[in-house]
Amino acid sequence: MTSQNDWKKYIIVFFITLTLFASAFYITDYFYNNKINQLKSIQDNISIDILSSETQFSLLQELSCKDVDNSVLSQEINNIADKINYSEKNFATDNTDIRYLKKYYSLLEIKDYLLMKKISERCGTKNSFILYMYSPDPTCTDCVKQEFVLSALREKYPQLRIYSFDYDLDLSAIKALISIYKIPSNVPVMVIDGKNYQGFKTIEEIETIIPQLKDFLVEEGEENTKPAEKPAR
Amino acid sequence: MGSISNVIFYVLIFLTLYIQVFFLLTFFENRKKIVIRKGNTKLKFHPSITIIVSCWNEDKTIYRTIRSLLGLDYPKEKLKIFLIDDGSTDNTWNFIKRFEKYSNISIFHKENGGKHSAINLGLEHVQTDFVACLDADSFVHPQALNRMVQCFLDNKDIMAVIPATIIHNPKSFSQNLQKIEYFASIFVKKMLGILNGLHVTPGTLPIYRREVFDKIGGFRKAHNTEDGEIALRMHQHNLRIDYCHDAYVYTVAPDSLYKLYKQRLRWYYGFMKNLIDYRHLLLRPKFGALSLLTLPSGIISIFSIIFLSLFFLSKFNAYLIEKIIQFQAVGLGGMLHIPKFDWFYINIKSIPLILVVCYLLIIFSILAGRKIAENSIRPSGFIILYMVTYSVIAPVWFLKAVYNVIVSERPSWR
Repeated sequence: MTSQNDWKKYIIVFFITLTLFASAFYITDYFYNNKINQLKSIQDNISIDILSSETQFSLLQELSCKDVDNSVLSQEINNIADKINYSEKNFATDNTDIRYLKKYYSLLEIKDYLLMKKISERCGTKNSFILYMYSPDPTCTDCVKQEFVLSALREKYPQLRIYSFDYDLDLSAIKALISIYKIPSNVPVMVIDGKNYQGFKTIEEIETIIPQLKDFLVEEGEENTKPAEKPAR
Repeated sequence: MGSISNVIFYVLIFLTLYIQVFFLLTFFENRKKIVIRKGNTKLKFHPSITIIVSCWNEDKTIYRTIRSLLGLDYPKEKLKIFLIDDGSTDNTWNFIKRFEKYSNISIFHKENGGKHSAINLGLEHVQTDFVACLDADSFVHPQALNRMVQCFLDNKDIMAVIPATIIHNPKSFSQNLQKIEYFASIFVKKMLGILNGLHVTPGTLPIYRREVFDKIGGFRKAHNTEDGEIALRMHQHNLRIDYCHDAYVYTVAPDSLYKLYKQRLRWYYGFMKNLIDYRHLLLRPKFGALSLLTLPSGIISIFSIIFLSLFFLSKFNAYLIEKIIQFQAVGLGGMLHIPKFDWFYINIKSIPLILVVCYLLIIFSILAGRKIAENSIRPSGFIILYMVTYSVIAPVWFLKAVYNVIVSERPSWR
C-alpha cells in the first residue's frame, strides 16, 4: 500500500531528477555560449582582416609588387573554418549564430579570392585557386569525400588556395558567384581557372587539372607563403 | 523521425536517472538503520527451519553446498535439510547418498521435472515453521541463517527474507564482472527491501514462513523463473519480502560470457513473461513500490538499454561510414593526420553529462554493495570493465529475450 509519505517521496525524487536534468542543460548552455563568444571574438579578428584586405586592395595600385604581402588573411581564418565546421556538425543545424558566422567567413573568402587574383594578374605570381561549392547535407557523400581530398591537397600544397562555399547558404555574394561561374546545383562542384568540374575528383585528377601544382612542390622552401584557407563545411 | 527518437531518448534517460535518485534518497533516509553485524549473532529463540536443496546435475558443487549447510551456526535439532535429486544424470545422487546417515538430513530422488517440482516435493514433507530453498551451486555463511531469522523475529509482518548473494571465488573474466554486478545488486536489493519492492526470491537461501505456501500454494514452473513468480504472487497477496544484507550466500557464477548470456536470457525472458502474467500488479498503488517502482524500472531498464545501445550503435555506424569515405577519398596515408588539441573541440552536451551522473550513481551503488559484502570501498579496475562490457553484451540478451517473448520461444535452462 502506498502511503501519503511515499507519494511525497515520489514527487520529491521527481523534482530532484528535474533539477539534475535542468542543471545539465544549464551547464551545456553555458559552455555553448562560451564557444559562441569565442567564435564571435574570432569574427572580430576577421572584421579587421576584411578591413585590412580592403585597404591593401586599394593600396595595390600604388605599391610595387615586391611590397605586396602574398597572404592577406590572418591565420585565424583556418582556425575559424574548422570551428565553424565543428559547430555545424555538433550544434543545431539551424543555429542562427553559426550561420551568421559562416556568412561572414564566406564574404572574407570572396574578398581574399578577388585580391589574390588581382595580385596574381598584376605581379605575375604563381597562384592556383579552387572555388569549391558543396552542400552540408550529410546525404551528399561525394561532398564529404571531396572535403577529405581538398584537406589532403591543402596539406600537400600550402600555396594552393581553396575557397569553399555552402551552395545553400542564403548570401547574395555566393549567389553572384554561382551566377558568374554558372555553377550547377548538383554539388560538389569545383571551379578551377573559370571552368566547372562537377562530381567527386580524386587528388590525382585535381593534380592533372592543375599541372602547376607540381611546380609548388619544387618551389617549396624557396617561397615563404602562408597556407591557404580550409574548406569550411 | 529524429525528433521522436530524441524525445524517447530524453524520457528514458530521465526515468533511468529518476530510479537511481530514488535509490540514493532511500539510502540516505535509512543509512543509520543499515548495520553490518560482525561475529556471531545470538537469537533469543530458534524457530524450526527446513532447507530444501534441489539439485540437477550438480556433482561438482553439491558436496560443498551440503557441507556449508552442516556448518551453519544453528541448533541441529531445529534445522532439517532436504536433499532432492531431480533426476540427475551425473554423480549428484551418489554424493547425496553419502549424507543419508545424518539425522537431520532427508534425501529424495525423483524423475526430472524441473526445479519447481523438486521444491514442491520437499514442501510436501515440511513440518517446520520456516522453509528455505538453496541451489546446489551455492554455499552459505555460518551466520546467514541466524541473521535472516532475526529479521523475522524483529518484524512479524515479514513473510520472506532473502540474503546477500556474493560471487564465490571469481576466477574468469566473466566471474569478476559478475562479482561487481552482484555488489551493485546488494545495494539495489537492500533499497528495494526497505521499500517492500523486491521482485524475486532467488535460489540462494530465501527463507519463507511456512504459512506462505499454505496461503498461496507451492512453486510453479513460471517460464523457468519460479523464484520471480513466487515473489510476484506474494506481493499479490500483500506478503512482505525483506532483504538481509549481512547474511551472505556465495554462488558459483557462469564462467564464460556465453554461459552468462544463456543465464541472463533465461532470467529476463522469465521476468518479462512473469510480468505479462502479473500485469495487473503494474502501476497499482495498492501494491506499493513493487508496482510503482520495481516493475516499471525493470521495463524501463530493458528498453533504455536496448534503445541507448541502438542509438550509440547508429552514432558509431555513422563514424565508421565517415572513416570509410575518408579512406576511399585519401587512402590510409591521408587518414593519419593528428589534429591539434583545442579546448573548443571538447564537446559538453547535456545527455553525456546526465549519463556521467547515472554512471557515478552506479559506481556509488557498487561501492556501497562492496562495503556491505566485504567491508571495503576499495575501487577495482573491474568496475570500469563491468560497465563497458555490460554496455555491449547486456543489449544482446535483452534484445534476444524480447524477441523470444514475442515469438514465444522459451530459452533452455543451461
